[in-house]
Amino acid sequence: MVILSVLPITLQQGLAYALVALGIALTFRVLAFPDLTVDGSFPLGGAVAARLIVEGVDPSLAVAAAVLAGFLAGCLTGVLNTRLKINSLLAGILMMTILYSVNLRIMGRANIQLLFRPTIFTFMENMEVVRYVPVIIFFFIVTVIAKALTDVFLHTEYGMALRATGDNETMIRALGVNTDNATVFGLGMSNALVALSGALVAQDQGFSDVGMGIGMIVAGLASIIIGEAMIKPRTVFRLTLAAVIGSIIYRFIISMGLRLGLAPTDLKMATGFMVILALGIPALKGAREGKIHLRGV
Amino acid sequence: MAAQTLLLKGVTKIFNKGTQDEKRALDGIDLAVAEGDFITIIGSNGAGKSTLLNVIAGTYAPDEGQIAVGNQDVTKSPDYSMAHHIARVFQNPTMGTAGGMSIEENLCLAELRGKRRGLSWGVTRARRRRYREVLKVLDLGLEDRLKQAVSLLSGGQRQSLTLLMATLSLPKLLLLDEHTAALDPRTAEKVSHLTNTIVSQNKLTTLMVTHNMNQALCHGNRMIMLHQGRIQMDVQAEEKQKLTVSELIDKFGETLKDETLLSCEPAGAP
Repeated sequence: MVILSVLPITLQQGLAYALVALGIALTFRVLAFPDLTVDGSFPLGGAVAARLIVEGVDPSLAVAAAVLAGFLAGCLTGVLNTRLKINSLLAGILMMTILYSVNLRIMGRANIQLLFRPTIFTFMENMEVVRYVPVIIFFFIVTVIAKALTDVFLHTEYGMALRATGDNETMIRALGVNTDNATVFGLGMSNALVALSGALVAQDQGFSDVGMGIGMIVAGLASIIIGEAMIKPRTVFRLTLAAVIGSIIYRFIISMGLRLGLAPTDLKMATGFMVILALGIPALKGAREGKIHLRGV
Repeated sequence: MAAQTLLLKGVTKIFNKGTQDEKRALDGIDLAVAEGDFITIIGSNGAGKSTLLNVIAGTYAPDEGQIAVGNQDVTKSPDYSMAHHIARVFQNPTMGTAGGMSIEENLCLAELRGKRRGLSWGVTRARRRRYREVLKVLDLGLEDRLKQAVSLLSGGQRQSLTLLMATLSLPKLLLLDEHTAALDPRTAEKVSHLTNTIVSQNKLTTLMVTHNMNQALCHGNRMIMLHQGRIQMDVQAEEKQKLTVSELIDKFGETLKDETLLSCEPAGAP
């Protein structure tokens, strides 16, 4: 019964945050670039969308602008790393920190309410069904499209060069690919997905908050670890599928935990422990290489 | 005389410039490579062999001197823009292929060497058909494993694949950097044989660095020996044909204090 009761929220959040997991899979797994921009680009998506909606811009245009903002933020992290030669982790942390101020500037305050504003969910609220039904269907469609587009892109000539950049940089440079540009573009794509998620989540929950990105990377990593434990990411299709499925299962575990008495305040700690356990247990067991081989970690 | 493919003028590369560890890896190298030349490069450890290839390929920019490919000055071109002219095979078999990607994807990456990569589908049906055909040349059964990850292949198979990849779209210049050194003797022999076949079939202009005197003598039409960043010897055509390993050792045993080189049995060139 408990399981059934958490199902709607699990699917709704799992699918909405699957876009973040996809983005993280793109950087950590495909590019082998541990990008921490995510904690800043997720609220950036929310901030841009919320501000524009409040200004009277059409919600779908606002989402498009949010995606573009996320893309630019990711590209900037890439530029910090490739042109200014700043360590990849630090480049992400710098960008995340800078985006905190940027997000406050964009919103003009710490949060924006969207409850009585028109959003892309407004027409669903007027339907004759429980709200979560169309919302889940909507997030399902968006996630499936994002996953499919990512899959297709990674099989194109340039997408393959991007994968090779994460796999063997020496080789793909010798084959004529400017890996700096590939890294910048890949980070842009990843953060565009993350900002899309931020823009949609903000409208779904009815507000955008400057703190809504905290812990997003760790949650995304947890999703990917869970997903890859179930689906071996031998191909691109399976890699992105693992991210989506992992995200849903992660949200299920979280919802169950909350239902069974986990304090919401302890949520991020619990997620952190999940990641530590998953990465740490193989090491403690004495395995030289972790069973869950997570590139970029 | 055939057209010139590669020209080096006074190329110098200094590592750790201005520190106590300063090292002149290359010291005023002048080299003209004619079209169709197959040049073997020998020298002891630290002679500058690999540095020479890296400078030509644009991985390192030279501190002094000029490099030209065809009529084009490429002294300052970075490695990825040199890919248009140059294909490379590295010593380490894992370096020439992307292990996590499939055989056909690796071939496709290589086919597009130096070309624009757009948003059209990578491994198309037509390409797959072609890859299946060209892989048959290797006689390793790889044509039936197109979708398998390259990391599943042995070192020798990976190196053979890399060689094949280098020739999918023909380069002006092929650089081989001790590409058989990390393989066991039998596999090395096979890959070495394959190299000869591929180079002669496609009339590729080739520079091959090797540690093995025999290999240096059996392959190619010209041999240069590097020592302390300079070209110490340059033998061509007939003169090279007549040269034997023992003569080489007699002549340069002093400078070639290198176990790998000296341990090579003096069988002479066939």
